[in-house]
Amino acid sequence: MSTVVDDIHHEEHHDHKPSGITRWLFTTNHKDIGSLYLWFSLIMFFIGGAMAMVIRAELFQPGLQLVEPNFFNQMTTVHGLIMVFGAVMPAFTGLANWMIPMMIGAPDMALPRMNNWSFWILPFGFAILLSSLFLEGGGPNFGWTFYAPLSTTYSNDSTALFVFSMHILGISSIMGAINVIVTIMNMRAPGMNYMKMPLFVWTWLITAFLLIAVMPVLAGAVTMVLTDKYFGTSFFDAAGGGDPVMFQHIFWFFGHPEVYIMILPSFGIISAIIPAFTRKQLFGYASMVYATASIAILSFLVWAHHMFTTGMPVFAELFFMYCTMLIAVPTGVKVFNWVATMWRGAMTFETPMLFALAFVILFTIGGFSGLMLAITPVDFQYHDTYFVVAHFHYVLVTGAVFSIMAAAYYWLPKWTGHMYDETLAKLHFWTSLISVNVLFFPMHFAGLAGMPRRIPDYSIQFADVNQITSIGGFAFGLSQLIFLWLCIKCVRGGEKAAAKPWEGAEGLEWTVPSPAPYHTFEKPPKVE
Amino acid sequence: MADSQQSQRPDNSKIVKRLLLTVAGMFAFGFALVPLYDVFCEVTGFNGRTKNEAVAATHQTVDKSRTVNVQFITRNAKGIPWKFEPSVKQVQVHPGEVRVVNFLAGNPTSGDMVAQAIPSVAPAEASLYLNKVECFCFNQQPLKAGDNTEMPMQFYLDPEIPDHITTLTLSYTLYDMTANATAETLAQLQTTE
Ligand code: HEM
Ligand SMILES: [Cu+2]
Repeated sequence: MSTVVDDIHHEEHHDHKPSGITRWLFTTNHKDIGSLYLWFSLIMFFIGGAMAMVIRAELFQPGLQLVEPNFFNQMTTVHGLIMVFGAVMPAFTGLANWMIPMMIGAPDMALPRMNNWSFWILPFGFAILLSSLFLEGGGPNFGWTFYAPLSTTYSNDSTALFVFSMHILGISSIMGAINVIVTIMNMRAPGMNYMKMPLFVWTWLITAFLLIAVMPVLAGAVTMVLTDKYFGTSFFDAAGGGDPVMFQHIFWFFGHPEVYIMILPSFGIISAIIPAFTRKQLFGYASMVYATASIAILSFLVWAHHMFTTGMPVFAELFFMYCTMLIAVPTGVKVFNWVATMWRGAMTFETPMLFALAFVILFTIGGFSGLMLAITPVDFQYHDTYFVVAHFHYVLVTGAVFSIMAAAYYWLPKWTGHMYDETLAKLHFWTSLISVNVLFFPMHFAGLAGMPRRIPDYSIQFADVNQITSIGGFAFGLSQLIFLWLCIKCVRGGEKAAAKPWEGAEGLEWTVPSPAPYHTFEKPPKVE
Repeated sequence: MADSQQSQRPDNSKIVKRLLLTVAGMFAFGFALVPLYDVFCEVTGFNGRTKNEAVAATHQTVDKSRTVNVQFITRNAKGIPWKFEPSVKQVQVHPGEVRVVNFLAGNPTSGDMVAQAIPSVAPAEASLYLNKVECFCFNQQPLKAGDNTEMPMQFYLDPEIPDHITTLTLSYTLYDMTANATAETLAQLQTTE
């Protein structure tokens, strides 16, 4: 894809913007809103991270030392909710806001005022969720999966707040997704046809459709929990003719596509970064698009792999086992394409590339443990143990979060106009890489040996492994402070960044100056 | 350059409307999963629930060549201190043969109560072949303070039951329904005075 922009200087002179707090409150500018999302997500990452530190501190030794079991359960629950809905998803939405209009040559998102709303309701949603922790009796303690009857019969009154906050987060994601779809369908520059779109745009388009399809189902599930708890319905209550297992079906019908919502945009990011630092075209562009689409479609057919132990008939167990394994095929196509892109490329190892490479390797490890979990008979042993915790942290932390870090390093020069501090960045990468493996790799062994998840105490034979894990956890937590410091430093100053700071980078975003002017592509660029 | 982009841009509101309709549709679909799940389970026996109504024993055949072990389990849900147990833990039946098993219930509290037993069968597949001619679980069960009762359950296994099912477990969970008692049940509590 080669692009020509007629006259970039044209765009700089109307670079005026309102100032002060009202700029941020009332902004409809996609770059402002993108920045808001990204900062919000970083703050949530640290709040959720602090909760993880509480969990790891309690688990440092067997026995109960620091916190009550009920508080421990609130920590695991709210950590999960914050990281999923507060850190990873808003980070992707922030990246979408910043990059999609610039990548397709559009002046802004299609629905800028809705864009402002979809961001600004988020802080309120999380304020409600977090405030529930300070109520008498505490906040939600039933796990991020809020299985009935834990969330209905056995939960306390903070459940109403939990449900309300989930509604708000859901509405925000749905509005964000609608905006992305309309932008991509209607705002592409002339000549930017679908098969020329960067993969980040493609993967986000598919993600947005997944969001539209499953966030309403989540809203339905939390609503049913609410009415079961407060209004006497019996959706999930056997006494009234309902079925608690049905909760799991409805939840995972949302939940499994949700995990792909958290990884598809990563695939797009990695597909941008690897070619840039390999100085080669992405291998198999079209197959990447089809692989993404087939992962999205298959993700609706595998939900019950989270429920192998609920006593399903053998036929259902086998059906979900094979469908789950089938997903590994398009995923493998992607990994193959990334590796093939690197093959005989002129590779350099700037920080975005380091994170991207770590992503490819470590995400694949997460995929492998996923395959192990997909084998029904062995899942009976692994289910609800630390093996599952290890699996989803490999795909989510070294997968989704690493890709977000890679994206941040890749586009920070474009956002701020400054190069980030490469020494700090390398330090951040290496400390993160080592500590994240010290943190999550031993969890596989704890799980295989039978240590259950979501329990504040454990039997003595798991002591060593947990100590190592906790040390890795603290180190990983501290390493992220480097990233925070680096971001602040980069916003404030640094070496001036060129319009295209990466030699091999491609795409329309690199044709505008750095920092990207407040308004870009008010006249559409020509794409050839 | 394409200055005319503004004019040729398709209408956003059309796509937005379609997407909003999809959102509303998926929200409705979430709720539609509830009846769909019930129908699905009824047809496949997926969740081990038995039919909630009496089945007349009209068949002639009894398959004497096989016996199936039928086990009974009882359990009290949270908050109901009743005594609740089967008179026998298990019976051997030939498919097609009609049997009666009594369940004993007692209300040890000092208040009149109403309970309901909810059945479930494992393996779930077997629930399709367990037919109840009569069961206390079809109705709410009132018991006065301190009373005991014997509750019959009459059943047979469909002779079509697959060969590989040699044991099945019928489990009842007893729920406190005093707060949600039907008028009919309450009337029963009055008349037995
Ligand atoms: C090859 C791809 C994958 C396969 C075969 C796979 C398979 C599985 C299976 C079978 C489970 C259930 C384990 C159990 O509870 O016993 C599971 C759990 C999970 N997976 Fe994956 N997975 C894959 C990729 C992913 C990806 C890409 C993500 C997210 C980015 C993800 C996130 C999760 C999460 C969050 C859970 C745990 C949910 C919970 O119980 O809290 N997985 N996976
Ligand atoms: Cu899944």
